[in-house]
Formats: sequence, C-alpha cells, structure tokens
Amino acid sequence: MDVHTGILGPHEQPADAPCPLFIAAVPAGFPSPADDYIEGKLDLNSYLVQHPAATFFVRADGDSMIDAGIHPGDILVVDRAVQPGDNSVVIAAVEGELTVKRLRKSGGKLMLMPDNGDYGPLPVSEDMNCELWGVVTAVIHEL
Amino acid sequence: MPMVALVDCNNFYVSCERVFNPKLEGRPVVVLSNNDGCVVARSNEAKALGIPAGVAAFKIGDLIKSGTVHALSSNYALYGDMSHRIMETLAQFTPEIEVYSIDEAFLNLTGFDPGTVTDYARTIRATVRRWTGVPVSIGVAETKTLAKIANRFAKKSPKSGGVVNLTASPHQERALALTGVGDVWGVGRQYAKFLIRNGVVTALDLRDATDVWVKKHMGIVGLRTVKELRGTPCLSLEQCPPEKKEMCVSRSFGQPVKTRAAMHEAIATYTTRAAEKLRKQRFAAGALMVFMMTNRFRDDPQYANSTVVELPVPTDSTHELIRYALHGTNAIFREGYRFNKAGVILTGLVPRGEIQTDLFCTVDHVGARRLMDALDRVNTRMGPGTLKYAAVGLNQDWQTKFKRRSPRYTTRWDELPVVSK
Repeated sequence: MDVHTGILGPHEQPADAPCPLFIAAVPAGFPSPADDYIEGKLDLNSYLVQHPAATFFVRADGDSMIDAGIHPGDILVVDRAVQPGDNSVVIAAVEGELTVKRLRKSGGKLMLMPDNGDYGPLPVSEDMNCELWGVVTAVIHEL
Repeated sequence: MPMVALVDCNNFYVSCERVFNPKLEGRPVVVLSNNDGCVVARSNEAKALGIPAGVAAFKIGDLIKSGTVHALSSNYALYGDMSHRIMETLAQFTPEIEVYSIDEAFLNLTGFDPGTVTDYARTIRATVRRWTGVPVSIGVAETKTLAKIANRFAKKSPKSGGVVNLTASPHQERALALTGVGDVWGVGRQYAKFLIRNGVVTALDLRDATDVWVKKHMGIVGLRTVKELRGTPCLSLEQCPPEKKEMCVSRSFGQPVKTRAAMHEAIATYTTRAAEKLRKQRFAAGALMVFMMTNRFRDDPQYANSTVVELPVPTDSTHELIRYALHGTNAIFREGYRFNKAGVILTGLVPRGEIQTDLFCTVDHVGARRLMDALDRVNTRMGPGTLKYAAVGLNQDWQTKFKRRSPRYTTRWDELPVVSK
C-alpha cells in the first residue's frame, strides 16, 4: 500500500532561510523607528480557524438559511470542536444527509430551524436518525 | 510506573468515508485497493457478511452489483488528511507521541496518575471522535507490546467502551491467556508455528517461558518481546522516523502498457513523484532502480526485469533523475509484452547537505537547486502537476482508474462536501 504518514516532530524550518548580508555600510546611529512596528502578516487561517484539526469546509446548497447570510454556493467553516448551543448554526446529519440549520433548544427539546420563512422547522425526535456534525463558525461568500 | 497507550482507528478507511457520507453508517462497506483490484478495508458489517480481508474485488462482484455491499475506490488524499488531523488531536494529550502507521499511534503516558488514566483515555477517545468523526480504540499498559494486546480487547469487547487499561490489572494475566502467541506484536508467522509446536500457544505461555529457552530459539529480539510481556519496557517510543534508506513509487497500470513511449511516460511520472518526496525529506539519491513486470495472473507472454543505474553524483533534481531513469527503462524494456506494473526506487540516499561533488563535475548544482525550489513552490501553491516535465506525457492512458472514488472532501476546493437545504 502506497501510504505515507507524517511524523509529528519539531516545526519544520523554512527550506533555505536566507541570511541577510549587508553590502552597504550599517549606520551606527539610531535604528529606524519603523522597525518597532513590524508585525507578522495577517493570516486568514488564524482568524477563521481556531481548531485546525477539527475544522472542515463544506459547501452550502439551497436557500433555506438565506436570512443567516448563507447563500447557495457559499463555503462554510465548520468547527467540530465547538459545543453547539441554543441558536448555533450547525451541520447536522439527518437520515444520512448533511444539512445546515439553526439549532434551537427549549424545554429539553431540539429543533432544527431554517432561516427562511418559506421552510418549516424540523423537530428532532427520539427515533430520528440525527447527529450534530459540527458548528458553523463563519461563511465565506464570494462577490 | 511506565505507561503507554496504543490508539488505533477502527476500520480507518471506512470510518473516514462515513464522516462525509453518513448514509454508509451501519451498512456493509469495503474499500478497494489501487486500481480497484482487491479489498483493503472492511466495515464490521462487511466482515459479518463473511467477506475476507484482501479478497479480489471480482469475487464479491455480485454483492457489489446487487447493492448489498457498498464498494469504494481508495481515496488516499482523504485518508492522509484525516490521519494528520487525528495525530494532531492526539498530540494535545501528551508531549510524547509516536505515529506508528496511518491509523495507529503510541502515546507515552508515563507519569500520569494510574488511578485516572482510564478516564483520561476515554477523554482522548471522545475528543478524537468529536473532532474528526473517526472512532478509535485505546489500549493502555506498561509496555508497547502489552498496549497492543490491551487494544485488541478494547476493539473486540463492546463492554469496554473502546478503552482497556491493563496496567497493573488483575485482568492482565487473563488477557494474555486469551491471546494466541501469533497475535503478539513482533512474533512472526514462522515463529508462531515454531512456538505452537513447542507448546507455547498463548501470550501467557510465552511470557512464562525461561529467558534461556527464548534467547536460544528466538534470539535477543524475541527476548525483548518476552520482557515486554512481563511489563519491562524494551521498545522505546520512536518519535523520529528511522532513517530512510530508499524511496519507492510504483503502481499498477489502469490498462496494460505496450509501447516504449507509454512506459517512458509512466517511469518519468513515478520518478517525478519520487523526486518530490526526496526533496521534501531533504535527501539526494545516489542510485535508482527501475522495474517493470507483466501480469502473472494472465495467460500472456511473461516478462519482468529490473535494473539499477548508479549516478555519478547524488542528486535530487527531477530532470537528472528522469534522464537516468529513462536510460534504465530503455535497457530493460522489451516490445511485445503487456506490462501491468512498473516502478522506480530511489536508493543510496544521503542528506542533501552531504553531497560529495566530483572535481570534474559539470552539473550546474546552484541552478538546479533554484529550478527545483521554484518547481516545488509552484506545484505546492497551484496544485500537483501544474508544472511538469514533458517526459511524463499529456494523455497518460496508463494511469490508474479510480472508478468508485469518493470526493477528496478535505483537500480540494471543488470537491467539498455539500450540505443541502
């Protein structure tokens, strides 16, 4: 079997990290004041993804969550490590089908609510084959 | 007290598929090998139907056609990514982890409170399940060999809830008595036969054999296994992979290769892949082997051959390696055969920094280095195969077919799982 696993080790160093060689003379006076303001680049991954191992991307289909700002074709960031609470937007596996809905908890009962008046709520009953798959933490909507 | 946990994914490939296709839950599912040749993974339901491990796919063709069994081509991009996520999740729980295979890892839990370690293992198991969707079994014991045995029971006994801790446990002796000697980690099939002939039938029998007898018949390696069964750790956690000696890329073809041109394309493609792996691990190859073979199971004229090409100076440049690989290909290729498999093995590996160049060497190493870096960067960013050598061909009719492969849910933007309304 042609399978190769990654070994978790020390963080990989960049391949050929160039060492700066100063050809010009280095001024011995005050360093540039701008040096104090150099920070890392903004990384969308670190902004959108809290738990990389548990975060999956899925694509939305249909308009049942349009009022939550989820349009057909949008990419949803789904974090499985987050505990779903009342009002969380969740991915649920209902009868073997992955679906996106708003989770409502009231009086120990669970409901999967669409965010679109054209669709009806889906009460989660005991005998229903339903599993909460993950919590949607962000929507990537291309313009 | 030393303590080690073996975490093993349950029916790993099938479990990965089920995360994204929950319909497969509770159904008999099999995953097929490269080229859909034989069964490489079975769900418990498929095992219950009596489908043996490794059976040729055509032998269960009726079960697949009738829909009784759901068959999938292997989706290694998905399994690799899921494995990585699982290992990353496990790494939060201990500073010391050894990734043992795509679906198994040892965790060093020495120093943890033995009174609460079972609960800890349950937390680990629940977290992996929650975060990745993949169910795992965990065996805990004083040594790796005992942890393997504990894991077997965790997997088999539904009562265990997926976790069995045999550390200083009154059940340890019983578990050893219930384990056949051939199921002990490190006891090969030949040794198992020999041991059973000599009345050493269970793991318990082996544990209680005398040192002298074991050393005489099984050598120092066997003695290590026996000591591990007694709870004395002899196998440390290998956090770093053992040094690589060779790198192999080979595949069965989707359809037989008959022409020299097609064989060139195939060999150039495998060489490209091997060279990429080589550079990723910062090695250069000092020699390469090319091999090709016809299908032994067909009534065709048979031919198989291999050749080793020694390189004047070790290299990691794709174009240099392709040139030598094609040279080797020409040396052994014969017209008139239907080849069904070929491969390239890079060997004589040396760390890239230790290449001895020769005084009269005319190869432009600095230029080659920059070219390879640029190539790898583009292919990493824009997807594998964005830039390729013309030698690998454009049509690649010989490529493996994955007729039943599921989408690469986690590694391709255009194959993400779709959530419906």
